[in-house]
Amino acid sequence: MVVVLPAADGHTGAVVVERDGQRTVLDQTYAATRSGRKVPVNQAEVRRTFAPALGAIPSRPARFELYFETATDQLTEESKLELARMLVELKRRPTPDILVIGHTDTVGQGDENDVLSRMRAERVKADLVAIGIAEERIRASGRGEREPIIRTADGVDEPRNRRVEINVR
Amino acid sequence: MRWILAVAAVILVASAHANDVGQIKTVKGAVHVERDGKRIEAAAGMGVRQSDVLTTGADGAVGVTFLDNSMLSLGPASTLAIDHYSFDSTTHEGRFDASLKKGTLAGVSGRMVKQSPESMRVRTPASVMAVRGTEFAVRVD
Repeated sequence: MVVVLPAADGHTGAVVVERDGQRTVLDQTYAATRSGRKVPVNQAEVRRTFAPALGAIPSRPARFELYFETATDQLTEESKLELARMLVELKRRPTPDILVIGHTDTVGQGDENDVLSRMRAERVKADLVAIGIAEERIRASGRGEREPIIRTADGVDEPRNRRVEINVR
Repeated sequence: MRWILAVAAVILVASAHANDVGQIKTVKGAVHVERDGKRIEAAAGMGVRQSDVLTTGADGAVGVTFLDNSMLSLGPASTLAIDHYSFDSTTHEGRFDASLKKGTLAGVSGRMVKQSPESMRVRTPASVMAVRGTEFAVRVD
């Protein structure tokens, strides 16, 4: 049996089931095949059949962004709150994989920004280690001014580009 | 010198996980990974590699998150082989082939399928399913 489930992000995609040369497209929530043929299934039955497997699905990968005061590794006031929210979320994961990437705006020299972006990433990493996340689970790197969210000319003070992105698996 | 040490540290971390294509995140009851003819008891945090076979006991369940953020989990008395997994984190191109030999599986597709629909395939003994970006469940009947 193959069943399409409601997606957490609200977007239902599709599954194509191929059996004995026959292709069946399942593109609706709770659409299902049994022995290669489309069959109606009831939601409660699906939940029951797959309860242990569904219960074992890991926490969804998450992405956070933190913003910084100009030319510093100091978080903005708003991002201090976001950091607190992120730490709560991370604490729920027993074995997180965390990738921390620092960025800058285009104020200052490129090589200085490489250093600054790394400082920002390392600063966030230190905060994560401070709440008890094992250091070897965190990778921190800096991308300088190479990946702006907002494209600007050189030398532009752009708060949305002064950021650290944190990808958590 | 500090730079050399920093670079060396990065290489060490990378090589320790170079073959890992995913990581076990949840384990319940008896769960094992068969790799290179050995049967290893699974634990949360353990890496998963291409050609691994995951098995769960009568009370077991396991959940894995892969490099492209796709996820697969198994219910009890299940066997899943990771036949092929490749993913380019820059282009998001890749291919994911897994075989559910028995039991139940739940899955969430990831970045690879967003880039190329149907690049993730799950086989059962009688059929093949190609995932076009969704959450799904499969039972071997």
